[in-house]
Amino acid sequence: MELLYKRTKTIQEDKVSGFCPGCMHSTVIKLIGEVLEELDVVSRTACVLGIGCCGLHMDYMAYDNITAPHGRACAVATGIKRTNPDTLVYTYQGDGDFASIGLAESVSAANRGENISVIFINNGIYGMTGGQMAPTTLLGMKASTAPFGRKAEEHGYPMHMCEILDRLEAPAYLVRTSCNNPANVMKTKNAIKKAFQNQLDGKGFSMVEIVTGCPTNWGMDALASLDYIEEKMLKEFPLGVIRDR
Amino acid sequence: MARVFMKGCEAMAEAAVRAGCRFFAGYPITPQNEIPEYMSRRLPEVGGHFVQGESEVASVNMVYGAASAGTRAMTSSSSPGIALKSEGISYCAAARIPIVYINVARGGPGVGSIQPAQMDYMQATKASGNGGFEMRVFAPSTVQEAVDFTYRAFDLADADRNPVLILADGVIGTMIEPVELPAQRSEEEVAAIKAGKRSWACIGHSLDEPRAWIQPGNWSTAAMQQCNEDAAALYASWEPEWESKWLDDADVVITAYGISARIAESAAALLRKEGIKVGLVRPITVHPFPFAAYEAIDYGKVKAVLDVEMSIPAQFVKDVETAVKGRCPIETCLCSGGNIMSREAIVDSVRRIMEGK
Repeated sequence: MELLYKRTKTIQEDKVSGFCPGCMHSTVIKLIGEVLEELDVVSRTACVLGIGCCGLHMDYMAYDNITAPHGRACAVATGIKRTNPDTLVYTYQGDGDFASIGLAESVSAANRGENISVIFINNGIYGMTGGQMAPTTLLGMKASTAPFGRKAEEHGYPMHMCEILDRLEAPAYLVRTSCNNPANVMKTKNAIKKAFQNQLDGKGFSMVEIVTGCPTNWGMDALASLDYIEEKMLKEFPLGVIRDR
Repeated sequence: MARVFMKGCEAMAEAAVRAGCRFFAGYPITPQNEIPEYMSRRLPEVGGHFVQGESEVASVNMVYGAASAGTRAMTSSSSPGIALKSEGISYCAAARIPIVYINVARGGPGVGSIQPAQMDYMQATKASGNGGFEMRVFAPSTVQEAVDFTYRAFDLADADRNPVLILADGVIGTMIEPVELPAQRSEEEVAAIKAGKRSWACIGHSLDEPRAWIQPGNWSTAAMQQCNEDAAALYASWEPEWESKWLDDADVVITAYGISARIAESAAALLRKEGIKVGLVRPITVHPFPFAAYEAIDYGKVKAVLDVEMSIPAQFVKDVETAVKGRCPIETCLCSGGNIMSREAIVDSVRRIMEGK
């Protein structure tokens, strides 16, 4: 019988995920693990974890990882990669981490063209701390620190990191994907693979922005969150390749 | 080995390279700019890497990354920039990552002044970041000591798996003095040091091996407490270092660290020529603090201990008070704002004590 699917060895078998029902972190983490195995680079991979729900899988990922201070993942990755060019270094960051507190580190690493890969999880909200407004929160979307919804005149507009980084000369690959349906999950996997392959080929900075949901802090069930992604999030954050050099 | 004339900042940078430092990240701030400038041209010569970070915050985290991947790494800054580095330093301490960093201290608080000062004593010795971690903190009073301590700091950081701080100041950093540089570690030695960290370095391991897991914290409160207990045991193992002079017959004991101690020693020597019996206690490590050094003072004889420091309000004096335990009066001779301690001010302070004023 032909083997069609097996679990990735990059996730420890005896551990329990800390993610909420309907959270897509576990989907993305599985995809990353599969890609690392397919590229045969698990033994030379270092993951730099951001702060927040991003770090919830540190206990059960089976390969090397380091937790960066909030927002500093691209700086930590820079230090690892410059001194160990044979190591595949990727950061795993949420929207608060990558696009708010870490904006300087993110933009500067991209501008230097650091030969690293960024997996950027955009769910429009701070998850672990309880649903506060993120730089990517949609206009009108309620958050625990924006109880009447995000207002442009008070909070500004959602930040589009792919488009912001596209103003820079150095980045090699900028792409926005989602995990809200099987087709998009497969596109996300392919994008992660391309970002990692770019690094192996020495092409420089790649960033995969993955639009995901947060049913817990969005205040809806998992299925409704898929509709919300399709109808609201993807209108603000259109999917596609923004840069591919 | 022949002695060479070098500026303090450049001499410390060269000492770091000779100790095997192969990664440096920093951000411009006066009066330490010669360290990153020197590193930017020197490190590539030995196969190392220099990055001008976008901020002090980014720079210290680049060093956290490089050191977590096994490379001897350093950053430097001056007082306001050191404050910004506190986040990354705390992470290194929590994750037990060996790094070395230098504070070429200037006046404070705030943006303060760009001239030399000793205003960062409490920050350096008590709370260089959140969470109550501790570090060995060396206070050089000559460029030679700055070189020697920087060189040693890399070995100590590796042995402890903990950050080490060189608490210099704007005088030490910008003064040019003759120094004897330590031996350059060979590329084989540097490679062997890095290879020795492979088991825990975050560079990739096969799934058959234990993974590298750099944890500046823990989800488990029990595990976190254990980390802190292990760290406390390490801190308790450290031996303080100090220098004492002329304590046997002293009527007044001056105590000072860093550049102030050097000026104080000059004042003490001058006064002793006049027959005024002045002793000196100089902590070399300001953390751990050498409390035992103050037990050698004859408290039945001394009129006072004179605390000399370039900080208003006085900070170092708090540790001196703990060491003296009320056994004699403690007087202070202070300056601040970037003013450098003068020998005359110290001499006058001693005379006033001797005259009972």
